[in-house]
Amino acid sequence: MYDITYFHEATSVQDAVKALTEHPEAKVIAGGTDVLVQIREGRFGPTELVSIHELRDELWGVVLDEDETICIGPITWFHAVNQDPICQERIPVLCEACDTPGGPQLRVSGTIGGNVANGITSADTASTLFAYGARLVLEGPHGRRTVPIEEWYAGPGKTVREHDEILVSIQIPRDHYEGFYGDYIKYGKRNALEIATMGCCCLVKLTDDHETIEDVRFAYGVAGPTPCRSHAAEEAARGKTVAEAAELVGDAALEDLHPRDSWRASKDFRMQLIKEMTKRALVNAANKGGSSASWK
Amino acid sequence: MAIGKSATRVDAVDKVTGRALFTADLVPHQHLVAKVVRSAIASGRVLSIDVSEAQKVEGVIAIFTCFDPDLPSYQIYTAGHPWVVDPAHRGDIEDRHILDARVRQYGDNIAVVVAEDTVAADRALRRIKVEYEEYPIIFDYEDAVQPPAGTPPIHEECPSNVQAEWDTQTSLEGTGYDSIEEIHGDPAYHHGSYTMRTPRQQQAHIETCLSYCYMEGDRLVCVTSTQIPHIIRQSIGLALEIPWGKVRVVKPCVGGGFGNKQDVLYEPLNAWVCKKLGGRCVLLELSREEVFAYTRSRQPKRFEAKATWDDDMNLVARSCEGYSNSGGYASHGQAIVANGQGSFRYMYSGQEKACYTKALTYYSNQSTAGAMRAYGVPESTWAAECMMSDIAYDMGWDGADFRLKNAIKLGYSDPFWPAPLVCVSNGLPECIQRGKELIGWEEKKKLYANETGPIRHGVGMALLCYKCSVAGLELETASARMLLAEDGSVMLELGATEIGQGCDTVMSQMCADAVGVPLEAVHILSTQDTDVSPYGAGAYASRQTYVTGIAIKKVAAELREKILAYAAELIPDGVNLDLRDGWIVGGPDRDNPQPLMELGELSCIAYYSRTNSQQISAEGTAQTDLNSFCLGASFVEVEVDIPLCKVQVKNVVQVHDSGQIINPATAAGQVHGGIAQSIGFGLYEELLEDPATGRTLNDNFLDYKIPTTLDIPDLTAEFVETWDPTGPFGNKSLGEPPAIPAAPAIRDAILDATGVKLYEAPMTPQRLYEGFQAAGLV
Repeated sequence: MYDITYFHEATSVQDAVKALTEHPEAKVIAGGTDVLVQIREGRFGPTELVSIHELRDELWGVVLDEDETICIGPITWFHAVNQDPICQERIPVLCEACDTPGGPQLRVSGTIGGNVANGITSADTASTLFAYGARLVLEGPHGRRTVPIEEWYAGPGKTVREHDEILVSIQIPRDHYEGFYGDYIKYGKRNALEIATMGCCCLVKLTDDHETIEDVRFAYGVAGPTPCRSHAAEEAARGKTVAEAAELVGDAALEDLHPRDSWRASKDFRMQLIKEMTKRALVNAANKGGSSASWK
Repeated sequence: MAIGKSATRVDAVDKVTGRALFTADLVPHQHLVAKVVRSAIASGRVLSIDVSEAQKVEGVIAIFTCFDPDLPSYQIYTAGHPWVVDPAHRGDIEDRHILDARVRQYGDNIAVVVAEDTVAADRALRRIKVEYEEYPIIFDYEDAVQPPAGTPPIHEECPSNVQAEWDTQTSLEGTGYDSIEEIHGDPAYHHGSYTMRTPRQQQAHIETCLSYCYMEGDRLVCVTSTQIPHIIRQSIGLALEIPWGKVRVVKPCVGGGFGNKQDVLYEPLNAWVCKKLGGRCVLLELSREEVFAYTRSRQPKRFEAKATWDDDMNLVARSCEGYSNSGGYASHGQAIVANGQGSFRYMYSGQEKACYTKALTYYSNQSTAGAMRAYGVPESTWAAECMMSDIAYDMGWDGADFRLKNAIKLGYSDPFWPAPLVCVSNGLPECIQRGKELIGWEEKKKLYANETGPIRHGVGMALLCYKCSVAGLELETASARMLLAEDGSVMLELGATEIGQGCDTVMSQMCADAVGVPLEAVHILSTQDTDVSPYGAGAYASRQTYVTGIAIKKVAAELREKILAYAAELIPDGVNLDLRDGWIVGGPDRDNPQPLMELGELSCIAYYSRTNSQQISAEGTAQTDLNSFCLGASFVEVEVDIPLCKVQVKNVVQVHDSGQIINPATAAGQVHGGIAQSIGFGLYEELLEDPATGRTLNDNFLDYKIPTTLDIPDLTAEFVETWDPTGPFGNKSLGEPPAIPAAPAIRDAILDATGVKLYEAPMTPQRLYEGFQAAGLV
């Protein structure tokens, strides 16, 4: 049995905001794959919940707006993002990332918005959204505001979302994705039902020769307390051929990233992963853009 | 004949459709729930428990603490072993109170909350305030034998913290040496010394541990998910000091145990709480986290070993010291590592002149470990096979040839087993030959010999040797009852417990053939109820098919005799009467008997005869001191991603000699499950405890890594069917052996692929990283 003392099924975003205003301790629940687990663990004690689960009209699905910004409703399931034609065509690496959390059951109840709103560094979609420079739209009692993902995280498990705000849209502008090929590598200790030991997303834009790097972004989960990018690796790769860059980016990434020792993995081992995954993500992404480089 | 056929499991439809009833499905509507209050330290003493705030929570019925005056003052043992009549031979340690102020592990049982529901119980738990006196934590062997000054022993009765230490040294007579150390130092030979470690693996059965108790009159009823219902009755009786006959234990369908439920877990506490509340029904159901941290697990072990060998592929001598950490309480204690060291000795007894083993079990403030599938043998086999693997690799020998040459031989007789323990059937050479063919041993060895680059491949192997039961050392007894129904079907009642492994099906097959009826005519009672079920010690030691099968054979013979005696009255002119496939047959030609009467017709007459009414039935007990060896070989192919420190198992082939196979399909299922558990042991599974606090770090299915279907390749199970004269139907055992050899075979394959020797299981990415780094590969 779950210790839930208040439950409100919101009828609109504004209704949810109102309920949150009235219940300063309440948690927002959508898919429930994090929140219910935490309630069961007794982490919050008796818990109040405001559900946005039924707000499909306002918060579900992927649309392309007139300037071709991709707008993802936050309560869209991982699996639904994975299967969405707009995402598959324009941001396929996010589809790949959405196919990695948990198992099939989780991916048809867990939501992409929850994956970002929980503020967790290991969230499988976070590094990809970070690489795409996603913008997160919040709605509160005083209207809407947009937060670039670089400014979203306020520490481990914390975001800049105010208690009475709801994440209502995840947006990726056209110039953030057009011409980029991407690859997401999730490193887990097993092949399913896994939380990332390290996650790495690379987006690369190649010149017409398919071998020279015009632009590149590297973003990571679990390499620090929040998802982050490695500008040093990006700097090292830009203007080089994929094969040249592959030899450099791993060490360069370590200039920016400082993983920690924990019982889950040692710092040295995580550094080994960063080094190798940065290289492979670059090569894999470039291969999708026609490069013939190989990491083997 | 039913034996030897892949009969569909008798419980298949009920389990697939969800009709099968497990303990949680049976809890009466009106019940209370009990939750254990657990210590927040790993070692010390509870000074006081303040329950005043907790008692105010709505829905709380009662809180009983370790200071309750009604608690029994004496301690009980919890290992699930049958009663031992002779006090001199009682090996299990009585070291546990139902609730105890002395805290010996993190989460120790110090009180219990009873409430109307779990929400109320959880709220109360958070409001209980406990004061402790804390002692330094004894974490491993070094701490246990040399604790910080002033640290009291974990159990007063055991001042050294060492529960037991046993040595076995085979006779050196005729070897020309005075000691095994002399052999290990003889310059005529090659020598190696090794340190191996094996993990705290958890049974991780899907159904958690739970029971509910209530009273009927002055008798206590306990319905529980257990492998050992009769032993639970005995333990509740002992714990509460009530006559055993006043306890009734019921075992419904069970969702796995793997040894964890071969222990008396929380049933005595549940029964005590129920009694305190005047017999009201109380459910005590553990969460998954509690199952991980506060039930049992495989004892973590360290092995210090030596080997000596010559230039001609012969082992000359091996020594192995096994140090086993049982945690805060003994549970199965020393029996486990001692059993493992036995297999260490038997397995490669083929050529060597001498073998020394030491088994030592100590207390610590880690969580209590106990029985887990194959009872110490996966650990000792890991130790034995690491050595075989290294020797073959270093000498450039074929691992299969080297192992076969040194493996146990037909006629081997163990010098230390109290009764004859002889290898009387041995299909091991055929198992190895078949395994090599199936994995493509020679071709793959060649194919992968000269790989370079980040991704490499390898093949490896390991052997297993496991006793069929505990016969000869401990009591092996089983009882059976058969009742003939009006329609000629047979109601089969046993003490042998179905816990998911498929025993109800093979017992039914054995019964059908032994009586002479079709399999469909056997109806087995799956639920054990100690009020009515014949005695059975339970599901452990791979013993049930091997031992209960003897009881089935014996009781079936008696039932047949009674049926044929009745038939003789109904068919006075019948000759050579026999019962075959549900028919009374007979006639002058014994080889071609004629059907004379359907068994159903006979039975109906017997029930309702106005002159000779009989319910034909038989029951009895069988006992055995005979034992034998199960053998087998595992072959594994792996792909190793060196820079990412990852191993993917590409193929596992396991070939077993378990004598005659009663049901090939369910036998293959046992092998598949065992391989998966061994892959877990080798690569993934390890409960971790924080040395500073003793708290379990990964008490959930996310952080405790069980391999998923994406981590396990297609598995191949085959059998070499020897005929073993000690088994009731030429069979040996198969419950546990499959869980033994895949892990060391993976280790051997990683060595083949990378040249890196690993000694600690599981070989996690972190450990692979450390190994590869030391070898200069990353």
